[in-house]
Amino acid sequence: MLQFLIRRTFGAILTLFLISAVTFFMFFAIPQDPALLACGKNCTPDALAVIHQNLGLDKPVPVQFWNFLVGIFAGRDFAVGHCSAPCFGVSFSNQQNVWDTIVDRFPLTLSLSVGGLIVFLIVGLGAGLIAAKNKGTAIDKVFSSASLVLTSMQIYFLGPVVLGLFVYSTGWLDKPSWVPIGESVSGWFMGLLIPWLVMSVIFTANYTRMSRSTMIEQLQEEHVRAARAKGMSSRYVFFRYAWRGSLIPIVTILGMDLGALFGGAMVTEITFGLPGIGRLARDSVIDKDLPLTMGVMIVSAAFILLFNLIVDAMYAVIDPRVRLS
Amino acid sequence: MTTLTKTEDAPAPTDPDAFLSVRDLRVHFSTEDGLVKAVDGLSFDLERGQTLGIVGESGSGKSVTNLSILGLHNPQSSTITGEILLDGQDLTDASDKELEKLRGNKMAMIFQDALTALSPYYTVGRQIAEPYMKHTGASKKEARARAIEMLGKVGIPDPKNRVDDYPHQFSGGMRQRAMIAMSLVCNPELLIADEPTTALDVTVQAQILDLLKDLQQEFGSAIILITHDLGVVANVADDLLVMYAGRAVERGSVREVLKRPEHPYTWGLLGSMPRLASDVSEPLRPIPGSPPSLLNPPAGCAFNPRCDYVDLVGGGRCTSERPLLPAGRGSACHLEAERKQQVFIEKIQPRLG
Amino acid sequence: MTMSEKNTNTTVEDAVPPPRAAASSEPLLEVKGLTKHFPIYGGFPIKRKVGAVQAVDGVTLSVYPGESLGLVGESGCGKSTTGRLLTRLLEPTDGSITYKGQDITHAGRKQLAPIRSEIQMIFQDPYASLNPRQTVGTIISSPMEINGINPPQGREARVRELLEIVGLNPEHYNRFPHEFSGGQRQRIGVARALALEPKLIVADEPVSALDVSIQAQVVNLLQELQRDLGIAFVFIAHDLSIVRHFSERVAVMYLGKVVEVADRDSLYERPRHPYTHALLSAVPEADLDQEKRERIRLAGDVPSPIMPPSGCRFRTRCWKAREKCATEEPPLIQLSGSREGHLTACHFPEEPTTEARETDVVMDPALVAIEKELSGEE
Repeated sequence: MLQFLIRRTFGAILTLFLISAVTFFMFFAIPQDPALLACGKNCTPDALAVIHQNLGLDKPVPVQFWNFLVGIFAGRDFAVGHCSAPCFGVSFSNQQNVWDTIVDRFPLTLSLSVGGLIVFLIVGLGAGLIAAKNKGTAIDKVFSSASLVLTSMQIYFLGPVVLGLFVYSTGWLDKPSWVPIGESVSGWFMGLLIPWLVMSVIFTANYTRMSRSTMIEQLQEEHVRAARAKGMSSRYVFFRYAWRGSLIPIVTILGMDLGALFGGAMVTEITFGLPGIGRLARDSVIDKDLPLTMGVMIVSAAFILLFNLIVDAMYAVIDPRVRLS
Repeated sequence: MTTLTKTEDAPAPTDPDAFLSVRDLRVHFSTEDGLVKAVDGLSFDLERGQTLGIVGESGSGKSVTNLSILGLHNPQSSTITGEILLDGQDLTDASDKELEKLRGNKMAMIFQDALTALSPYYTVGRQIAEPYMKHTGASKKEARARAIEMLGKVGIPDPKNRVDDYPHQFSGGMRQRAMIAMSLVCNPELLIADEPTTALDVTVQAQILDLLKDLQQEFGSAIILITHDLGVVANVADDLLVMYAGRAVERGSVREVLKRPEHPYTWGLLGSMPRLASDVSEPLRPIPGSPPSLLNPPAGCAFNPRCDYVDLVGGGRCTSERPLLPAGRGSACHLEAERKQQVFIEKIQPRLG
Repeated sequence: MTMSEKNTNTTVEDAVPPPRAAASSEPLLEVKGLTKHFPIYGGFPIKRKVGAVQAVDGVTLSVYPGESLGLVGESGCGKSTTGRLLTRLLEPTDGSITYKGQDITHAGRKQLAPIRSEIQMIFQDPYASLNPRQTVGTIISSPMEINGINPPQGREARVRELLEIVGLNPEHYNRFPHEFSGGQRQRIGVARALALEPKLIVADEPVSALDVSIQAQVVNLLQELQRDLGIAFVFIAHDLSIVRHFSERVAVMYLGKVVEVADRDSLYERPRHPYTHALLSAVPEADLDQEKRERIRLAGDVPSPIMPPSGCRFRTRCWKAREKCATEEPPLIQLSGSREGHLTACHFPEEPTTEARETDVVMDPALVAIEKELSGEE
């Protein structure tokens, strides 16, 4: 199992390299000079050449990519000063250190993703369990139809509706805002409450349906019946036998959904105007700010791959057949 | 089509020695297509220390019967009527709590495929210890010692170490042994074995059947052995019940049923299976057609569309009147006793060799 | 080389002799030293081949025109893999396969095409082997279509004819597999196999998924086909009684090897290999005179084919095993006291009888312990 994880880690690093290479080369396929942006309105060819040199844009693309990679591990020197490792370069548009910008923005996106994850796991899986337990009853039908409706609730639609209803009309909830958790836990919590709920609606609906169907499947398994046959209580069998078995398909889907979760967090930031990685990513692409785009891409991808590794490790915890093979 | 004349099995007087007594058991499932009469009026008795073989093909109701004894049928989609008396207690109206106390304790079950019947997520030892802790109040340590003892008893080598293995680390035969250990851990007085050896290889099957037989002598449990294989019951059972389409069609001691079978379906079963000593130049005598749908079983005797001897019964009774299964030795068939004997001696016996 | 030229107790180089009746004719299909190893990959950090499942290991067999050869054995003995090798659904790792004198061991698609129509296969699970979206007519006629065969009466008429041969209603031409019962589906599988007028059918556990009363119907059908159409059969099954009923010659396999082969009567009444004795003794018989048969109870399960025991593969479960069995692999030969054509791979063979012994052979430690205890109490 350890071997498997090590192998997966190597795979993740390779994936990361490929992602950055593809992004980097795709950027230069766009037929527009990124230096024009930094040059401003009164741009002369001479000024442009200087900027090219400063940004390293005068060198061949593969060399630029190589320098970029070296910078991540060893740091680089720019006209504006030294950029120490991990160095993702300097923003084309505002000359800020990219790594510092990401470090500044990342906690918001991470809070949003992890918070949303916790909300939909608890609500979605719980609702699925209740529906499965009461299969065929009114509760099951209400849960099932609600999840069908909610699964089509897109964040950018639901966001404004919720804002209008709970913030502007009634004032029950705080307007979404970013307060670092270090400053005020309650401020952090209240500021992110609406974004968490809104972004997790679709996931909650999907996980309700999934946990319901895998539970119903598991409850028909022979080992569940066998556990009942030896006198274990239905409650014990429900959680210790059936639920245990349904964790594996759920974890599998979760692993595949992590990218979507991160994407969901970014859409949520943009919808509520929160200053996270999502907005940064959008702005950097519009500004053709290569270092910033690269930085956001790599850090986001690294996080998704890290979560995927955690999911792989979870298999081993859940299933002895994986652990002992 | 429904049978107009209501013919029920005569409710036989309860055998005073019976440990398990099933009376006029009916298990009906409501499905989208209609009512499935999986078990339709079944009665039998089983004494302590005895083994009853229930033989039938898929859809005969043999497995449903046993799930309903344990109370493991789905209460939402099925209705049960009749009586299931275990040691005088009627299980059909027992509460969930009462059934939980009996299951795995006074009555236990061995499933067909130990690979699916054991949870892959817990060690074999834990799964054996669980019911022991629940029913005897033993501590974890005591239960573990008991699990090791039971694993040793059923022939798992090195039980002290194997107790911590997961089911997938056992071979097929060993898993079935672990399953037997799990069912016997509380010394049940009734053991239901549902096709316990069907998933196993021949040589392993022989080991497991002998083990069951030997353990029964030691533990004194009553056993219900469900199987499709007459060979398996011949080896292990004392009494035999042949089921077809949710009803018992023949009952008797193993010797009586195998040596002097009375029901055309039993004849058919015996004629369909080749034996190691039978004459290979004789073709097999299959039962024509296939088993009936339980949604819409044939009127009268459910076996009549596949039966070669309908013409020997006068007045079209086979298609209009349901034959009764008498208490004790007998068969549910309209053929007269002498006729049955005559047909068997003239047509069936010579082929069986 | 005919069998009569051979002396008893000489090595026949793992060869399975022809049945006496067919001794003169050429074998239809001949395999020599047939071997199939499935590689296992693993290791760290780079995956590589770390071992192999030795599914079939040096099997030599011949199938003669019109005969029925049975292959019996327990799970992991390689009987199904052998069946797939015979039909060349799998390519052997080693050894050779000759069909009508033509070497097809490593033949490609093109070369196999004409032979594929002459060797057909029937599978265990009739439902899984029929496409649920095709009608019975399409299923049965597609082999003809693929091979460009146009029967004189037309394909549809031919399919109807085939349906009738296998005992189905020709009117059911347009029905789908799910509309049929298990036994009927297996009949559809048989009709499909017959569509190309094969010379050899490899039937892999054709009746084990069926109910007892239906099994007999399908066995009888196959037997009629073998007799009436002169098709040779390789009948693979774990049920010894059915194999005996169906096959004139029977080969017993254990862990990828043929351990004993003989014609039916000789194998079932005068077995020599301890494993054959154990298998026969284990068959549950609906017969109450069990005491007349010998009682042999082995210990444990079949070992893994990944690391089979050295020497004789059965030695780890054998009551007669000695040192020689671990070091030297017994050749498949005709032993003295065996009938002609009865080959056994054993250093210390058993007496040729299945009658009860003075003391039972009980290897299973649990059975030994309980039986000792029980007899002590009495």
